[in-house]
Amino acid sequence: MDLELQPGELRFLIGPNGAGKTTMLDVLCGKVKPSSGKVIFRGRANAVDVSKRREHEIARLGIGRKFQTPSVFPGLTVDENLEIAMSQNRGVWAVLRAKTSKFDRMRIEANLELIGLADKKRLRAGLLSHGEKQWLEIGMLLLQEPEVLLLDEPVAGMTDRETEKTGELLRQIVRKRTVVVVEHDMEFVRRFASRVTVMHEGKLLKEGTMEEVQRDERVAEVYLGRRRDADAVGSTA
Amino acid sequence: MPVSPTTTRGRLWLLAGYGAALLLLLAAPLYLSDFRLNLLAKCLAFAIAALGLDLLWGYTGILSLGHGVFFGLGGYAMAMHLKLEASGGKLPDFMGWTGVAKLPWFWEPFRSFAFAAAMGIVLPALLALFLGFFTFRNRIRGVYFTILTQALVIIVFTLFVGQQKYTGGTNGLTGFATLFGEPLKSPGMKTALYFATVAGLLAAFLLCRYLVKSRLGKVLRAIRDGENRVRFLGFDPSLYQMAAFAVSAALAGLAGMFFVLHVGIISPSAMAIVPSVEMVLWVAIGGRGTLIGAVVGAVVLNEAKSGLSESFPDMWTFFLGGLFIVATVFLPGGLVGLVRQLAGPFGRRNPSHEQLGESSGEQQPVAPREHSG
Ligand SMILES: Nc1ncnc2c1ncn2[C@@H]1O[C@H](COP(=O)(O)OP(=O)(O)O)[C@@H](O)[C@H]1O
Ligand SMILES: [Mg+2]
Repeated sequence: MDLELQPGELRFLIGPNGAGKTTMLDVLCGKVKPSSGKVIFRGRANAVDVSKRREHEIARLGIGRKFQTPSVFPGLTVDENLEIAMSQNRGVWAVLRAKTSKFDRMRIEANLELIGLADKKRLRAGLLSHGEKQWLEIGMLLLQEPEVLLLDEPVAGMTDRETEKTGELLRQIVRKRTVVVVEHDMEFVRRFASRVTVMHEGKLLKEGTMEEVQRDERVAEVYLGRRRDADAVGSTA
Repeated sequence: MPVSPTTTRGRLWLLAGYGAALLLLLAAPLYLSDFRLNLLAKCLAFAIAALGLDLLWGYTGILSLGHGVFFGLGGYAMAMHLKLEASGGKLPDFMGWTGVAKLPWFWEPFRSFAFAAAMGIVLPALLALFLGFFTFRNRIRGVYFTILTQALVIIVFTLFVGQQKYTGGTNGLTGFATLFGEPLKSPGMKTALYFATVAGLLAAFLLCRYLVKSRLGKVLRAIRDGENRVRFLGFDPSLYQMAAFAVSAALAGLAGMFFVLHVGIISPSAMAIVPSVEMVLWVAIGGRGTLIGAVVGAVVLNEAKSGLSESFPDMWTFFLGGLFIVATVFLPGGLVGLVRQLAGPFGRRNPSHEQLGESSGEQQPVAPREHSG
């Protein structure tokens, strides 16, 4: 399949379970090497084939990844999680000598406000609730300042209010960068007027606006095929 | 869960505790017999090794069961210097027995104390970097890494026993007389060596503390919690693991040097499997992931060992094994964890401070903890 993203674009990746959405993100961030095909980052002038790089190099290039399960560092405090995620020189010596400057402090504090964890910054991340961990991870990604942000099911397992808040967060994030979001929650996807890519069995099925996608018969068939109800795509999925 | 910041009062108590401990150590020559002082000095040397091991295991999550090798290398480096000094201008005695006519080239520079002391630290660090390069970069970790460190022990042990011409074989190196021309057994020398060890331990402690408190320390703990996740933040974990391994090995080497000065002998048995495992037990029982725990574990266990060996020489290994089981099952935080629990709210400190993520038993979704220590 072919997937092209424009700078500053918000793209939703949907598809039934096992369609290969997570795998797609894994390829983009280098966790999985593709058996064939390329991942070109930044196009034209300074293009890089990311599929040949190691994970930490890809992250340094500016591709950030949020995993499906919240993966923060439980033994570190919220504050410390953000501190190490911050964009910085990641050499051993540089990190040893690193001082948190006033500017860094401001960035972290602003981020804590944004993700709503300002009053929990000294708490060990392992003690946070599921939703809070997700936000912390989003906050870590923001401080990492990637050009491309890959989010795998950021609202999975969240309560309605948490989902609401995450939506707000997402709206702020997409203003500045390219974002790919894997999502099951159609209601959530519909709130963002953006392009949607539907995957099925590891392949591209349909690409277009939410409305175009909803109207597509093949999508209705495979995506919610089990319900045998094409209308489901439009209503309660 | 309320946030419990470090209180000024708690900080003061802690500082007072450290101060008292240091005073107690510095005054030890006044109230300990020569024999007891020598024993304490040996324990403090072990504590240096324990600090290094804790940095690697407690903070970075890498379990080495091969630190006896690094300890031994440091010990041999110092022993070579002492042996040359004891032999005067002549060949070391054991070389004559095995038919070596001329001092091997690599023994030659060990005439210099500075060279020997530097090698006692540099060689273990280089060996660790070398080993780390081939393991961590290839993502060999957890149990597999630990097994490799055991293989290292066997290889080096066999090498040192086999190369009797150069190493003194099973007997190792002993029969030292002087250091800087001063008899090793003189009371003045004993006291000086004791203070040197205290200084060494203090330096090692401050170094580890600096490392642990720096952002590097946070990255090390992050690697412990989820090595893979760290990669996606743009860090190359293998470099950090290599660095932690090298520092840890260097500290073991330093400990080995002091050990030789206090004990007067180094043999391959000091770098065998059992001593390597014992080092890990000091850390586990003292309190993994806290620097003071490593020191306390090494000192308490070795004092206990000598106490117990005096009365029941055969019991020690059983006792140690039993203690380890008790500690893992009932005291996951080690002695330090126990004290903190007993101290209650007073002992509860800033959660950011030196605490293991596992104490509350969270799940590790992306990267499970790589070892089950
Ligand atoms: N293009 C592909 N080629 C081969 N295997 C694939 C491909 N895409 C997905 N898979 C396999 O399908 C399974 C489910 O993929 P996953 O990405 O977890 O699905 P999703 O996140 O969409 O639910 C995985 O085991 C993955 O290895
Ligand atoms: Mg998935």
